[in-house]
Amino acid sequence: MQKYYKKYFSIFVLPTLLAYLVAFIIPLVMGVYLSFCKFKTVSDAEFVGLSNYLFVFKDSQGFLHALWFTIKFAVVGILSTNLIAFALAVLLTKKVKGTNIFRTIFFMPNLIGGIVLGYIWQLLLNGILIKIVGADITFSATYGYWGLIILFNWQMIGYLMIIYIAGIQSIPADLFEAAQMDGANGRQRLFKITLPMVMTSITICTFLTLTNSFKMFDQNFALTAGAPAHKTSMLALDIYNTYYGRIGFAGIGQAKAVIFTIILIVFAVIQLRITRAKEVE
Amino acid sequence: MAKKKKIQSYGIFALLVVLACVFIYPILLVIQNSFKGKLFISNTPFELPNKETFVGVQNYVEGFAKTNFHKSFGYSLFITIFSVLAIVLFTSMTAWYITRVKSKLTSTLYYIFLLSMVVPFQMVMYTMSKLANTIYLDNPVGIIVLYLGFGSGMAVFMFSGFIKGIPVELEEAALIDGCNPIKMFFKVILPVLKPILITVAILDAMWIWNDFLLPYLILGSNYRTIPVAIQYLKSGYGSIDYGQLMAMIVLSLIPIVAFYFACQKHIIEGIVAGAVKG
Repeated sequence: MQKYYKKYFSIFVLPTLLAYLVAFIIPLVMGVYLSFCKFKTVSDAEFVGLSNYLFVFKDSQGFLHALWFTIKFAVVGILSTNLIAFALAVLLTKKVKGTNIFRTIFFMPNLIGGIVLGYIWQLLLNGILIKIVGADITFSATYGYWGLIILFNWQMIGYLMIIYIAGIQSIPADLFEAAQMDGANGRQRLFKITLPMVMTSITICTFLTLTNSFKMFDQNFALTAGAPAHKTSMLALDIYNTYYGRIGFAGIGQAKAVIFTIILIVFAVIQLRITRAKEVE
Repeated sequence: MAKKKKIQSYGIFALLVVLACVFIYPILLVIQNSFKGKLFISNTPFELPNKETFVGVQNYVEGFAKTNFHKSFGYSLFITIFSVLAIVLFTSMTAWYITRVKSKLTSTLYYIFLLSMVVPFQMVMYTMSKLANTIYLDNPVGIIVLYLGFGSGMAVFMFSGFIKGIPVELEEAALIDGCNPIKMFFKVILPVLKPILITVAILDAMWIWNDFLLPYLILGSNYRTIPVAIQYLKSGYGSIDYGQLMAMIVLSLIPIVAFYFACQKHIIEGIVAGAVKG
């Protein structure tokens, strides 16, 4: 059977594989190589060893600032979205009236693209800021930071809520009944039953929010575009600006991208290790 | 006890109503401002349109003409539909093959496909767009190839997980009846894949419809998809006309909301299935 299938490789696998090579594998290999090169166009690349990498860690390159900004964003973003989404999921599984309508409304922002999201919130936040402090969101990095956090919450909460609702609904009802018979109060039921039983959902949702916050580009590009003075540039935007901002800096952008990739993978692995360890079978 | 519970549930209901208003308000605000003159938006967005500021559908008409919105809509629709079809068709075939044919090559391929799920786009975007320009993929047809490439990791992963659970006997029976593997795949496997197929299609449709950076880099201003057209409206014409920007944002939301209400059940189920698998 296996042998019989073998000659069909070109029909079943080749189209996908070719597209994957062109879109991802070849650019990835080229990208890693070019991170060790200095070049203006790809064809005149000249090997320069680690100098791009050393350059990245100079303060003037903005990378360290963007990394720190992204980490601060990710920590607050992950905690706030997950806490609020989980709370909403608990409320919406209590059989209140209109559950479906609420779920529909809370999820809706997630379908909107990042660029449009950015401009919607720019309108709203600038309106508020101009009224209260007389300046817009580009005035201070603090405004930009909290603007991005609010936007991220608005976008992600509905999505995470759906996953948490599915997690809560899959808990066997007799567990709660047994706990009630034993006299457990609502708080004990939440911490002793619901939380441990939805640990799988927590793993998924923290993973999603971690990777989404690290990779965030469109929202950042539209809402603040890094203003003021690149202080609100997250990693993805900083790398984009390095590639296309100044001629001859693409190699440095590529080195930043390699470091970014490694950081993201390391963080994701650590996060999965921590939350997976708390899952119950 | 019962009374206390009742009060509590009213409290929860009231809280949810307030939150729902907070969630909807930004969209209402954009709609409200899309009917105002451009000078009355950025400083006073919260005021309702009045005699002085109301401009009717002028922002819609002018914004539509300036951005060629119908063209952008067409590009977005074309690229989304055909990319999703390509992903669903080709990656389901690939996933079936590398799940069923056990060899060093196929298991290596499986892990190579997974790689794209952890590597951020910024890692490949510069070299990828150079390569796409060189081999003439910088057009609405060529970009479908790129979407197939970028979408294949997650799709292969999800299809493979599903195919592992399909009994092989089903396929063997069809082969004994004289089907070749290709016919067998379309007649026997594809119908069984339907639930996961819908999930993959919906997740990819949402991603491609809203994607900004890939079409921005590859197609640029020649073929503007909706997100790219909106970005150009903000920064591509010198001075910004906020009225037109708001109007085009409203137009861009209409297809999304229509899609959402038409397949809400599938979207919600798809998210849950996708999350558990991913």
